[in-house]
Amino acid sequence: MGTGVTARAATGAMRGRAPEVLPAGQAVADSPPSTDLAVASNGLTKRFRGGQVAVDRIDLAVPTGSVYGFLGPNGSGKTTTIRMLLGLIRPTAGTHSLLGRPIPAHAAEVLPRVGSLVEGPAFHPYLSGWDNLRRLDAADRHADPATAKARIGAALERVGLTAAAAKRYRHYSLGMRQRLGISAALLQPRQLLVLDEPTNGLDPQGTREVRALVAELAATGVTVLLSTHLLAEVEQICSHVGVMHRGRLVAQSSLAELRAGTAPRVHVRTAEPTTAERTLTRLGLGEVASEIDGVSALIGAADPTDVVAALVYDAVPVRGFGVQAPDLEDVFVGLTGEGFDVSG
Amino acid sequence: MSVAERPQILSTRMLRSELRLIFGRHRNIAGMGVLASVPIIIAVAIAIAGTPGPGEGPTFLSQVTSNGLFVGLAALGAELPLFLPLAVAAISGDAVAGEANLGTLRYLLAIPVHRTRLLVVKYAAILIFTVTAVLFVAAVGVVIGLILFGGGPATLLSGTQVGTAQGLWRLLLVCGYLSVCLAAFGAIGLFVSTLTEQPIGATIAVVGLAVISQILDAIAALSPIHRFLPTHYWLAFGDLLRDPISTDLITTGILSATAYTVIFWTAAWARFAGKDVTS
Repeated sequence: MGTGVTARAATGAMRGRAPEVLPAGQAVADSPPSTDLAVASNGLTKRFRGGQVAVDRIDLAVPTGSVYGFLGPNGSGKTTTIRMLLGLIRPTAGTHSLLGRPIPAHAAEVLPRVGSLVEGPAFHPYLSGWDNLRRLDAADRHADPATAKARIGAALERVGLTAAAAKRYRHYSLGMRQRLGISAALLQPRQLLVLDEPTNGLDPQGTREVRALVAELAATGVTVLLSTHLLAEVEQICSHVGVMHRGRLVAQSSLAELRAGTAPRVHVRTAEPTTAERTLTRLGLGEVASEIDGVSALIGAADPTDVVAALVYDAVPVRGFGVQAPDLEDVFVGLTGEGFDVSG
Repeated sequence: MSVAERPQILSTRMLRSELRLIFGRHRNIAGMGVLASVPIIIAVAIAIAGTPGPGEGPTFLSQVTSNGLFVGLAALGAELPLFLPLAVAAISGDAVAGEANLGTLRYLLAIPVHRTRLLVVKYAAILIFTVTAVLFVAAVGVVIGLILFGGGPATLLSGTQVGTAQGLWRLLLVCGYLSVCLAAFGAIGLFVSTLTEQPIGATIAVVGLAVISQILDAIAALSPIHRFLPTHYWLAFGDLLRDPISTDLITTGILSATAYTVIFWTAAWARFAGKDVTS
């Protein structure tokens, strides 16, 4: 008996890895078993009646503690994926898990620890913001009615809606509606937030506030899966990114890895690429690669003038020389063949 | 406080929230006003114009002046063909389709609210509304009737005279029976509500069904199918006003309503449990 208790206590100690989003002044209570991936899917597919494949065999891997930017143009399958993740629609094929537990089998146990905003906010128009949150809280069997008032108040406070709490939802502006949606996701301590376009419809000030809020939540250790069509949003607050294009997940990595693809490269146009490659390699430049009319390599810390001097010294007939750094958008356009709205 | 706590298995919080939503909604309050207007109109009209002769006007109308309790019965009889089914259809048609239409359904399911639990709570709220609506019509009728015509001994359909207490008891039995009948319509409404995202469409479909059922019931040539019609046994409530109570039709009526309830509740569950929620 004694050993059993000890073993359990030890497991409990190891569980500290995935902290929760806590309403103001809350202590971390019981954390679930830690997993490396907060969201994982395997061949997740949705084919709607009529044969249209909205999501095509995607393998999501959202590391615990990350802010994962789920990036893609409108209509690329992001929302359908999120609906599948939350068990709202049934995948045609494939499996997935949230917080290490397969869904939908363990939905009842996992979803209380997941806050979500799916395809925009939706509330009863003739109820006030407060009453709408109270209704959601009342439907949650894991919510303690004794603390409902405090939690609703804190959730509204967090998104700056305290003053509008008694106002009917129908009189809310688009931005206020969006905030109320986010506050609903914060009614309980969460380990995972699934936010579908959380800054949609917000003015620049609101957008900044929501991004700051997401960053703040992420800093407490909560994993955030944030879908967006705004590249700027990903660049600002995400640690990881998955790129959707026509139902396929065309890229998925940490932002740092992706940025590595945007490191400045030196491009040498020459008729003798072999010699040039040798020179660049001798200089210690990385990723030396041949191009159509020459060679290229990562410039790294090397001084471009030294590179030119070395090429000339090695008698490489240089026809052109340049250093270029593609930005992230170039990377994404390369992946999807389409541009992103980068205005956000 | 932590979400890791054991969930509350038997909590009436969601049901109470549901009832607040139904009874707090202006549309429904106005609807209750319409339901209440019928007994008032009946009572006032008779008080002004005098009793219609036997066989004239709706059932029980001719007895209204003999005892105010009959205003409640007359109102229930008058509202049974359309107003009461309409009220039940409005609430039940809105149950799932209304949430789907607003988009709130996806948030309820993501909380998570198990789909079966959602249907149970929604149907429980429909039942409570149905009983409330029936009792409300009867109560308004009784109150206005007693005010305008007074109480005293009531003559039952079988000719027996009973006191006010016994009369009230019979009226309560009628309310119970009609609630059971209308609850079956609530189950049909719940099922239709899982088929669409348009609550008005669901409501119209259910009201249409009630009207068509009554039309078919009135066509004598179709008598072989009459007993299968969902509205066929509704008017059997008159049997509760005989002495002794004639239970044959009442029992069959309750069985019919129970069968409809079970069938359509199951259909609603089968439809909703695996449905893709794309609203």
